[in-house]
Amino acid sequence: MQKASPASPMGYGMDAEQPYIEDVVRAFVVATVFWAVVAFLAGVYIALQLAFPALNLGLEWTTFGRLRPVHTSAAIFAFGGNALIGTSFYVVQRTCRAALWGGPVPAWFVFWGYQLFIVLAALGYVMGYTQSKEYAEPEWYVDLWLTLVWVVYFMIFIGTLIKREEPHIYVANWFYLAFIITVAMLHIVNNLSLPVSIFGAKSYSAFAGVQDALTQWWYGHNAVGFFLTAGFLAIMYYFIPKAAGRPIYSYRLSIIHFWSLIFLYIWAGPHHLHYTALPDWAQTLGMAFSVMLWMPSWGGMINGIMTLSGAWDKLRTDPGLRFSVTAVGFYGMATFEGPVMSIRQVNALSHYTDWTVGHVHSGALGWNAFVTFGALYYLVPVLWKRAGLYSTRLVAWHFWLGTLGIVLYITAMWVSGIMQGLMWRAYDEYGFLQYSFVETVAAMRPFYMIRALGGLCFLGGALLMVYNLWRTAQGHVAGQPAARAAAAQPAE
Amino acid sequence: MELGEIYPLLRSLWTVWFTALFIGLVAWALWPSRREEMRRAARIPLDDQR
Repeated sequence: MQKASPASPMGYGMDAEQPYIEDVVRAFVVATVFWAVVAFLAGVYIALQLAFPALNLGLEWTTFGRLRPVHTSAAIFAFGGNALIGTSFYVVQRTCRAALWGGPVPAWFVFWGYQLFIVLAALGYVMGYTQSKEYAEPEWYVDLWLTLVWVVYFMIFIGTLIKREEPHIYVANWFYLAFIITVAMLHIVNNLSLPVSIFGAKSYSAFAGVQDALTQWWYGHNAVGFFLTAGFLAIMYYFIPKAAGRPIYSYRLSIIHFWSLIFLYIWAGPHHLHYTALPDWAQTLGMAFSVMLWMPSWGGMINGIMTLSGAWDKLRTDPGLRFSVTAVGFYGMATFEGPVMSIRQVNALSHYTDWTVGHVHSGALGWNAFVTFGALYYLVPVLWKRAGLYSTRLVAWHFWLGTLGIVLYITAMWVSGIMQGLMWRAYDEYGFLQYSFVETVAAMRPFYMIRALGGLCFLGGALLMVYNLWRTAQGHVAGQPAARAAAAQPAE
Repeated sequence: MELGEIYPLLRSLWTVWFTALFIGLVAWALWPSRREEMRRAARIPLDDQR
């Protein structure tokens, strides 16, 4: 155990009256694992639909167009969102040495309110209610509900920061706060719309034409930037030092890369609109800021990986930490690929192809999911007061299955996407397009199958995790009789 | 001077302002006397008592 911080040498004054609120964090952990399986299952199913179209069953509710937002929202907002809110409640209490502001009631409201948001959104997609804005598909009534839940979440988080006992606000909380504030701003602006009637789901966006497109991709890219990057960097900044037992490599670098990331990300959205009606200067601006983003992104990567400096052996012995550190490696890879793809001339080849899909998944599977798995393997024994995980061998199996799945996925999509892009732009000797669209689809089919196989590996690994975490929560230890293991004391 | 004339000047001042802000931020973070403060801040997750 380390010494108490100088600010409170006698320990932490409010401990006795206000223990940390952990029930709701446990609920978020369960929801994270549940939605992870839903998201991966939906992904595998629609991946198989692309290879075997008959799997859409000929029903409107199970077509690719309706299930695709179910998959993306389940992955980003349900799995990722529950992981972010849950870990933020855990981390803000521990790094502020203060219980959640407002006590358990608002925190539980955020939990159930957020699950209701997910269910309402998914039901809408399947029934065909959508705003047709990518990653912002839910209609106005769902958006209003999420706004309410989000404001309560913000109040809990900021309230806890204000009543903190620890004088300094740890960097993970800065990232969480940037995530909460920016997502609120993006959500409100991009969803400004006018419902057709009070009792109908249909609404019209307040924006039209190229303004609508720019607003949408200002939203869309900053959802990547502040939901999938800033929020998950917060997870990295708490759980990697904690699992490695070492402070972050450079706290100064964390400050510099935090502010650089915040300033630069917000301008990168126009790179989604190359060669469109968006003015040329705006496209160039988006491209330039995307290339500049490489620096703060790699600042974060260096900080996460180098935290292991002098403790590399832990990668062999702690497969949970291996997840977190590999995640940071994937983060570095995806944030190098991203700026390259944002360059207009590269985008001419990559845009609208599977390359983009592969890029998104090296980020989502490699970075977001892996860093979350690392945090879950750390959190479950701590939250359920167990000495350790049920089985570290299963974690290793999960790790290699997951990694194999990602490699299959992204390599298949690289080949498929570049092939698709090249086929689209190929001309014959008379200046006609060489391939019809359906020829490109037929050429991509083998890669669709490899992608589905990769997804199956990833899903299989996640199911091993569910089993492992379940047994851990029950207090079981692999190879030991249950009764004795259940009596084991927590490590800390 | 017309407002329309000083507008481009004011607009380009944002570049200067942000550059100065960034340099100030880097200087603040790297200032040698802050070494101990930074070291302590980095230990916050590890100095958790419970």
